[in-house]
Amino acid sequence: MSLDTSKDTVIEVSSLYKHFDQVTAINGLDFTARRGVTTALLGGNGAGKTTTIAMLLGLLLPSSGNIRILGEDMLKHRHRLLHRMNFSSPYVDLPQRLTVRQNLTVFGHLYRLPALKQRIAKLAEDLNLSQLLDRPYGKLSAGQKTRVSLAKSLINEPEVLLLDEPTASLDPDTADAIRTHLEQYQQRTGASILLASHNMTEVERMCSDVIMLRAGKVVDTGSPDALLARYGRTSMEEVFIDIARDRAPQ
Amino acid sequence: MSKQDIHYSPRRIGAIVLRHLYLMRTSWPRVLEMVYWPTVQMILWGFITLFLKENSHYVAQAAGILLSAVLLWDVLFRSQLGIALVFMEEMWSRNLGHLFVSPLRPYEMVSALIVMSLIRTLIGIGGAALVAIPLFHYNIFDMGLPLIAFFFNLIAMGWAVGLLVSGIVLRYGLGAESVAWIAVFAIQPLCAIYYPVSTLPHWLQPVAWALPASHVFEGMRELLLQGTFNMHYLVNAMLLNILYLGGGIAAFLGYFRAARRRGLLLQIGE
Repeated sequence: MSLDTSKDTVIEVSSLYKHFDQVTAINGLDFTARRGVTTALLGGNGAGKTTTIAMLLGLLLPSSGNIRILGEDMLKHRHRLLHRMNFSSPYVDLPQRLTVRQNLTVFGHLYRLPALKQRIAKLAEDLNLSQLLDRPYGKLSAGQKTRVSLAKSLINEPEVLLLDEPTASLDPDTADAIRTHLEQYQQRTGASILLASHNMTEVERMCSDVIMLRAGKVVDTGSPDALLARYGRTSMEEVFIDIARDRAPQ
Repeated sequence: MSKQDIHYSPRRIGAIVLRHLYLMRTSWPRVLEMVYWPTVQMILWGFITLFLKENSHYVAQAAGILLSAVLLWDVLFRSQLGIALVFMEEMWSRNLGHLFVSPLRPYEMVSALIVMSLIRTLIGIGGAALVAIPLFHYNIFDMGLPLIAFFFNLIAMGWAVGLLVSGIVLRYGLGAESVAWIAVFAIQPLCAIYYPVSTLPHWLQPVAWALPASHVFEGMRELLLQGTFNMHYLVNAMLLNILYLGGGIAAFLGYFRAARRRGLLLQIGE
């Protein structure tokens, strides 16, 4: 698989390996993600999506390999890049006893943002959180928590946004609102989004490119339309199952 | 220097301190816990002192010797607990993943833990010390400037132990959190808190002298019994604390790197 290293590339991963003792979680990963588009990182449970995202964020050190984000070496310049990135996952919590406003204030200071009060007010308005700002995070519903987590991930207006199942366990209405907000954010800022998801409707709607993982390796890439055509299927769900079960394209 | 190149940011340290001050503000049991044990300990030893003053020549020489020892020992205990509990709050709330995808650096986290430990220790010990004045007519602040030297040497040793403990809990999971409560008691008998180092068996005395706290408590006793402040003890405690604190910070950063190798920052549990 050849690497596209043009200036339109925002994430470049090459020869990436991660071993945990005797287990190989990531087994020679190579992929690129384009600037200004949403790229889906797909795969079954244990395929290596979350491990890959953790390495892209520097939370997990690779055993070997290279990661370049926004043209810089992530392993060497992690803290310089983290100002320009952010992350959201329903599996990583925010402090429960702090209010939404307090949580966002803490993260705003961590990113050393100017005019923080205005920034929080704007995010709250955009994500329909204004009424929730002074409620403890722990007392919110799952959908409200996801919106807060998204607000946290957008607080620094990231150029690269990594989302791990951002609409998991949300009702269709809330999930749609989240997707709409992400699309609007991307149109406004030109941000690049890497999205790990099991929701194929979400992938078909939001993603221009798809990277399919199995057992820690890239097994296929392409746009949703190209993958549908290659596998002779009418939905990404069927393509997902074909790839997960190692069925060859028709 | 661009915003991204700032390697040590007081604002990021302040953000972590603010996060824990918010938590304290919304949770009165947490504040009560800080003051409760030091005060209970002080009251218990205050009554023991009243009894021993009539029955012990040693205590009668300086009535405040036991209360001073109790309060100063609690400085060490509370400061190490302050570091470990504040760090474990982040683990309990599963927040480390969010914190460390922000530009927060591990040594800024260490600085924030130290600031929070100082605040918690001042609240806890300060409260107990103030209660001792009306209750037992004992004012630890009468020690004057040497008290500041004792305080900072003990708190620094507590920071060193607290950072080591936090690193161990990060590396081995919350199943190891009891280490935070018991670690410092392993060295308590060797710290010469209530008796001089010479009381220990000869073979244990070098171990005791390797602990900064032993020098502090020997210095405290000399001040209270003889009225002289021995700089020799202070210098020894300070030099040892430089080594201990350096070791504590290095251990925390080492465990943090190990946690990044093992993917523990996203998967915090038992």
